[in-house]
Amino acid sequence: MPKVTIDDISIEVPEGTTILEAARMIGGDIVPPAMCYYSHLQGTGGYCRTCIVQVTQGSEKDPRPMPKPVASCRTTVMDGMVVKNTTSPELLEARAGVVEFLLINHPLDCPVCDQAGECHLQDLGYDHGKLETRSEFPRREFEPIDIGPHIKLHMNRCILCYRCVKVADQLTDGRCHGVISRGEASEISTYIEQAIDNDFSGNMIDVCPVGALTDRTFRFKSRVWYTKPVDAHRDCPTCSGKVRLWFQGDDVIRVTSRKDEYGEVTTGPEGNPEWICNTCRFDTKSVHDWEIEGPSHIQRQSVISANHYESLKALKVTTERMYDANPHGTKVDLGEGALDPNNESK
Amino acid sequence: MSAKILLALDHIEGIASLPVYAQHGGYAVLKKVLSDISPQQVVEEVKISGLRGRGGAGFPTGLKWSFLARPEGVPRYLVCNADESEPGTFKDRYLMERNPHLMIEGMIISSYGLGANTAYIYIRGEYFYIARILEKAIKEAYAAGYLGKNILNSGFDLDLHVHVGAGAYICGEETALLESLEGKRGNPRIKPPFPAVQGLYNCPTVVNNSETLAAVVPILDKGGAAYAAIGIGKSTGTKLISASGHINRPGVYEIELGIPVEEFIYSDEYCGGIRNGKKLKAVVAGGSSVPILPADLILKTAEGAPRLMSYESLAEGGFQTGTMMGSGGFIVMDEDTSIVKNLYTFARFYHHESCGQCSPCREGTGWMERILHKILDGHGSITDIDLLWDIQKNIDGKTICPLGEAAAWPVASAIRHFRSEFEEYVLNPHLIEDVKHYYRLQTT
Ligand SMILES: Cc1cc2nc3c(=O)[nH]c(=O)nc-3n(C[C@H](O)[C@H](O)[C@H](O)COP(=O)(O)O)c2cc1C
Ligand code: SF4
Ligand code: SF4
Ligand code: FES
Repeated sequence: MPKVTIDDISIEVPEGTTILEAARMIGGDIVPPAMCYYSHLQGTGGYCRTCIVQVTQGSEKDPRPMPKPVASCRTTVMDGMVVKNTTSPELLEARAGVVEFLLINHPLDCPVCDQAGECHLQDLGYDHGKLETRSEFPRREFEPIDIGPHIKLHMNRCILCYRCVKVADQLTDGRCHGVISRGEASEISTYIEQAIDNDFSGNMIDVCPVGALTDRTFRFKSRVWYTKPVDAHRDCPTCSGKVRLWFQGDDVIRVTSRKDEYGEVTTGPEGNPEWICNTCRFDTKSVHDWEIEGPSHIQRQSVISANHYESLKALKVTTERMYDANPHGTKVDLGEGALDPNNESK
Repeated sequence: MSAKILLALDHIEGIASLPVYAQHGGYAVLKKVLSDISPQQVVEEVKISGLRGRGGAGFPTGLKWSFLARPEGVPRYLVCNADESEPGTFKDRYLMERNPHLMIEGMIISSYGLGANTAYIYIRGEYFYIARILEKAIKEAYAAGYLGKNILNSGFDLDLHVHVGAGAYICGEETALLESLEGKRGNPRIKPPFPAVQGLYNCPTVVNNSETLAAVVPILDKGGAAYAAIGIGKSTGTKLISASGHINRPGVYEIELGIPVEEFIYSDEYCGGIRNGKKLKAVVAGGSSVPILPADLILKTAEGAPRLMSYESLAEGGFQTGTMMGSGGFIVMDEDTSIVKNLYTFARFYHHESCGQCSPCREGTGWMERILHKILDGHGSITDIDLLWDIQKNIDGKTICPLGEAAAWPVASAIRHFRSEFEEYVLNPHLIEDVKHYYRLQTT
């Protein structure tokens, strides 16, 4: 089995494992952020470039470093490969550049976005971005549209990760949406105003890392951080029936799949991704339909939800960075861990 | 062999027709190859010749051919890249328009060497009239038995198709080209796998530039060693250069690799010097994507040695003081040229042509164009120049395909060598009143 060293931690992984997957096997802070890769979908990754890493040694046999950063989600490890992620300041700088690109046309309308609180772009921005934008040009704008009875598309927020396209290709019985136009003008669209209505189309909402695809039945009902997630299941003839119910008071106001720490749908006992069908998601919202298992463990570090969920990491916003953004302000030393949501003493 | 190899026959009336081409020795090399030479030997001769890809990257053709996977029972394809869309490059057009049979003969020989029974010419949509010329020539070749089943009784079959693109620069990138040829959106593929293993319809495929494939004919005619004797060092043979800009004699020239740049610009055999007796200011030596160099650095390297028209010499000094051979689009600028305005035109092009798959190129190319427009519009500031520098740096090396770099390098090199000109624009906005009206921000 090839051995790879990522940020000074070595691990042996099966032949054909990507750097990103190897990093996830190690876990923790050294895992590169991934906005377009999705382990349960084939052919994802390579587009967003947030997962780039520096390969300082190609392999045992050919120790030459790779001249450019590589997309860790699409690069397989070689025996003796040495990778730098968090230990390379230049790489982190380059990643900040990628994040900046993803944000210059993003509306940052988090206050009115249903994804706020569980948005990967928010996390990414906090963890790897800069505090101020350097772009002064108008952002790209599109009108929000309903694509079918269940899904709302806010193209303004889309980062063109292609995940929803792959879901439609791989889970539903006929894709009727995709990327049209080129370059900066690219947009996700249905072909000639077709509606997306398909047993498994709702999973497009779950794979969308941002608020571009949202659940029309949940729209503006609440904010994610006011709701309580609970794991539940039922006997479903179409899918695994394993879901996450989002309660407001005694009402189920949203049903989603269960997600792991990387925001991907959880893996079942046979290694199968636990996608859910549209009936479970959109039409089964009575508590009596479900057998409740207990409160969900949210493993993400979602920014706005920080005060509500356990097992979170501290936000990486240091006073140092706040000061950098506003050099005219006063520098206050809040002390180590001041912004750690789990730190009750502050 | 003289320096005129690919263009040796281009002055002959009617050379585009098969009978005239045949009168001047056309298809004699094909006949010799099919009767006397094995496919392996064809690949071997190309290796010996040292021929390097003429599409831009300069990758050794023989080596590329030797990477071609040959699994049993799986078809292999040869694809000719005639998409020629890099601004400043127009040599394939001349080659195919004047003497289409030369490239076709080269493709038949190459297909034989690679064991491909189907070959495609992917030609840019704007060259539709050349597509007609090629189709006519292909018809003639079928009729003469040079294409089709059992060519010249050798047992070798080959079908050759012309596919006309729809006018996207990105479809010149080999994997986007293959996608487009398969009838899909022209998005570059994420590599690996490389086309040599999984190319057209997931089968092993070689993609070569038109000029590369045409050069196979003289190589198999006189032998790889004779071809390698032309040129200098690892830059063997001849190269077509598309010369444009402020010169007395713009056009397509075939040069022996290794002649001094100074000779190429000033000799009456080639560019014939700068127009109207002006002074040389800068040159983009290999098509719009390669770094621009100021006059002193294009004529001489940083060490003071004469700069030569070869892959190595043009690249000497790296990007600090050198550039690249690229596709041979040689754009000459005189002393009156505005580097910033020229850069804006390039930036606009790359912005327009980005396929939009990866974030740095999709978002960065438009941003750079907007900043350049702002500067030209008299609203720039010194920090905009630094921002431009940062943006190009953040694109460079972080994209799926080299279009990102193609967009970044011109910006980087213009700032590196001509920063004072950017500063002049931002510090003296009143000087640029006159350009305002014809630079409107392009919206996509
Ligand atoms: C954006 C982009 C555009 C390209 N356009 C062309 C082109 O028009 N013609 C061409 O021959 N190669 C073009 N190339 C290079 C091809 O990808 C490929 O390297 C070439 O066709 C290989 O042929 P060669 O080895 O004979 O040079 C382009 C590359 C990129 C990244
Ligand atoms: S709509 Fe969402 S899932 Fe689809 S490409 Fe855009 S960001 Fe990705
Ligand atoms: S670099 Fe540009 S053209 Fe190439 S894949 Fe990325 S977005 Fe498309
Ligand atoms: S996650 Fe690897 S490029 Fe997007």
